[in-house]
Amino acid sequence: MIASVLFSIVLLIALGIAGAIVARAPVGRFLVYGGCLLVGLASLTTGLVAIGAPVEHLRLPLGVPWVGVQLRLDALSGFFLSILGLGTAGASLFAIGYSRHDTEPQRILPFYPLFIAGMHSVLLADDAFAFLFAWETMSLASWALTMAAHKEPGNARAGFVYLSMAVFSGLAMLLAFATMAGAGGSYAFDAMRAAHPAAGPIAAAFALALIGAGSKAGLVPLHVWLPLAHPVAPSPVSALMSGVMTKIAIYGFIRVVFDLLGGAPWWAATIVLILGGITAVLGVLHALMERDLKRLLAYSTVENIGIVFVGLGLAMAFRANGFPTGAALAFTAALFHALNHTMFKSLLFFGAGAVLHATGTRDIEKLGGLIRRMPVTSVAVLAGCFAISALPPMNGFASEWLTFQAILLRPELPQWGLKLAIPADGALLALAAALAAACFVRAFGIAFLGRPRTPAAEQAHETDIWSRAAMVLFAVLCLLTGLFPGVAIDLLAPVAHAMTGARMPVQISDPWLTTIPIASGHSSYNALLLFLFVGGSGWLAAVAVKRLGSRVLRRAPPWDCGFPDPTPMTQYTAASMGQPIKRVYGALVFRARDKVDMPAPGETRAARLTSTKSDPIWDGIYVPIGRFVGFVATHLNVLQFLTIRRYLGFVFVALIVLLAALALWQ
Amino acid sequence: MIAPFLVQFAQMLLVLALAPLLTGLVRKVKARLQRRAGPPLVQPYRDLRRLLGKDAVMAENASWLFRVAPYTVFACTWVAAALVPTFGTGLMFSWTGDLIVIVALLGTARFVQSLAALDIGTAFGGIGASREAMIASLAEPATILIVFCVALIAGSTQLSTVAEHMLNAQVGLRVSLALALVALSIVTLTENARIPVDNPATHLELTMVHEAMVLEYSGRHLAMIELSVSIKLLLYLSVIGCIFFPAGLAGAGAGPTVLLVGALVYPIKLAVGGILLGIFEMSIAKMRVFRLPNFVGAALMLGLLGLLLLFVSRGM
Repeated sequence: MIASVLFSIVLLIALGIAGAIVARAPVGRFLVYGGCLLVGLASLTTGLVAIGAPVEHLRLPLGVPWVGVQLRLDALSGFFLSILGLGTAGASLFAIGYSRHDTEPQRILPFYPLFIAGMHSVLLADDAFAFLFAWETMSLASWALTMAAHKEPGNARAGFVYLSMAVFSGLAMLLAFATMAGAGGSYAFDAMRAAHPAAGPIAAAFALALIGAGSKAGLVPLHVWLPLAHPVAPSPVSALMSGVMTKIAIYGFIRVVFDLLGGAPWWAATIVLILGGITAVLGVLHALMERDLKRLLAYSTVENIGIVFVGLGLAMAFRANGFPTGAALAFTAALFHALNHTMFKSLLFFGAGAVLHATGTRDIEKLGGLIRRMPVTSVAVLAGCFAISALPPMNGFASEWLTFQAILLRPELPQWGLKLAIPADGALLALAAALAAACFVRAFGIAFLGRPRTPAAEQAHETDIWSRAAMVLFAVLCLLTGLFPGVAIDLLAPVAHAMTGARMPVQISDPWLTTIPIASGHSSYNALLLFLFVGGSGWLAAVAVKRLGSRVLRRAPPWDCGFPDPTPMTQYTAASMGQPIKRVYGALVFRARDKVDMPAPGETRAARLTSTKSDPIWDGIYVPIGRFVGFVATHLNVLQFLTIRRYLGFVFVALIVLLAALALWQ
Repeated sequence: MIAPFLVQFAQMLLVLALAPLLTGLVRKVKARLQRRAGPPLVQPYRDLRRLLGKDAVMAENASWLFRVAPYTVFACTWVAAALVPTFGTGLMFSWTGDLIVIVALLGTARFVQSLAALDIGTAFGGIGASREAMIASLAEPATILIVFCVALIAGSTQLSTVAEHMLNAQVGLRVSLALALVALSIVTLTENARIPVDNPATHLELTMVHEAMVLEYSGRHLAMIELSVSIKLLLYLSVIGCIFFPAGLAGAGAGPTVLLVGALVYPIKLAVGGILLGIFEMSIAKMRVFRLPNFVGAALMLGLLGLLLLFVSRGM
């Protein structure tokens, strides 16, 4: 099987080269995206098989001499391979239709397969060199894709921030591996697994891996590049970046912390729990204030990454305290949520892409009424909104429910940090779930419901058949995964067993396909029956009402308390919809202020409302760093135009200082 | 097999039958306290019948979502109510969903209702949906935290199991339970749009939340929504009853006598709850919208406090 994945990677690279050659030809997009679609389907199948299959190794005589490239396909990489395959297949299917209006396909077609190839390679890598090479390929190819429309204002800055964060992330991963390689200096993962480092190196490796993988995944405070870079890429690429690449980052974190380090101490779990909870709430709060549809989705990715990290933190905490069944539950919940997030976030980015094509804007303030113009897209997006808001019976609810169950396990944990962090995370997750529902009521309600706010929205048209197929397929997948969560949980059992040493009870044999995470008296959830009950009673009510009451349906102008207004401008806007929440939470978190400047009676100038908010992370961390770098650069500038004598003098002094330091140190 | 099914079926019908009566009772209590005669207890039933008989009028630009929403809201609320033990815990389908699912089902109902409010594109729909979102963003996490408190004490999130536990085990007086009760009472007022959060009797534009959302509904659609509102109130009182005042509740596998006792005690509990609610509503003024976060936020903080206590010490 590992050979088939390798073949896929080679094929993807070939597709990239072909894409560069035939980019301008109309056949180009069919070739590249069609090829990627097939590769995606192949990876999905291979990944699903690999989860239950024994571990496979392969050594290629490439790369560093005498070391070669070590590859490995086990349950963990198999699971993430299937996520990658699913996301790739969906995005490519969508892209076949979506790319028909691309003005500069040569900026996308070569890098798209390369990006996917990079993600495949990360999953296969079994030594630090191969891992980092693949990691950086993934970063660079996706950076090239975000710069596809580099002339639009703001995109260059987004690309710059993304590149800086990607370099930073790569550096942190490099240092993490260097710490784990230790004195022996072996960069093969097998050697790292076998080593038993002391507490100091474990702490350093954990912290570096958290920074490296966390900045790629979008963990607060390293999330700043996501909302900038994800939206500016073409929509299928946004779907891949938000839906899949963040999962590859999570894979990197799990690989290092759960596998190579073999578990982390409890304080590390506390840090992950706290960061995860904050990420979830901060991400969704940002999303609630956002008016750019794709950026809103990117912020919501930050939220979901937080939920996944909370699950991982719980797994780490339980594992550190010798409670493997609890760790398995939390770990399964985290990975299940990662899978679900790939499905619904890809779907929502497809929807955003379809809206962008149909109306030419990502600004939800300029949309409205699309449910009547784009019926298929709106139904699919509505399904995605249900799923991401964690409403039953969709898949997002199933995984959040499992995470809640993991929090409620409450084993006797001796550490005070965990005793406080776990319930606090329960509160933060509950808050994030409620805010996510508000966020997607706002996003869907403003963009798809109501009356069109601009002529562009009024003349929107339904998207093409490929895009519709991709959206409907993912919407159905979201529903099916939600109805049969037991299948996904059973599928994850080998992964959980490999990483935590235990697995959740078998679900598929439970009566009526009920999900029972711990014991039947403890908690259970049956999405299928619930769905049937709700559907059945809704249908029953409709039939009964039609039979007992009036069947007449009349259409009339809206009532609106007697003052219907024909202009769509008097509708609620996205800003007014979010205003109460902004006032409640934003005043605290974003220092959001609304200042009303009301002229005195008799004055003729217009009244003004000034609304300000600040991002505490950006202003508190990144602006000072940028200022510091600028300061240092300005002051080092004097060194740029010196004579050769001076430079030689500096080299000499530096040499002396280094030698002196060496002499003192020894 | 037959007995749990009968209990389940009887309870679903009972919920449907009693819900408008409870609403009528609360209205009557409020009217009597205002020294008005008030409408008769059965007025909500008459209202429903009247609404069912009328033509449904829909705005010209309403989409399919607007038509589907009332039935979805009703179905979600009714199924959620079917999972709550009212007079007996031996429900056949109690294992389909636990307390978290009940909260989520009500969340689904709210989600659909808010979307329907935005569908027509009027300012009132927007004002209702936006305020509802703000209030729910505080009330829903508070409910989840209360659920956590109760679940940790009973060792289960399954509401039937929780009720059995509260009925049989010596739970005793616990600080966390007391906090949860206060928080749940606040949530009940909030979620059911009662004073001081919202006024179910008003159509005064600037103060309404729930009524603003359903402003465009009429006829049979409005009937479904009114019925869901009544069921939701009954659901919350039933939850409070079965967790905090489980006396009289028939356990699983109970005989007909015990079930009968349960079926007699349950309406009394509801009546007490309804009367208390009426008295409370009459003794407090409606709050300004932006005072609400303090009120509902208190429930959130009480829930969190209870949860922290439970994680720190098992005896609290």
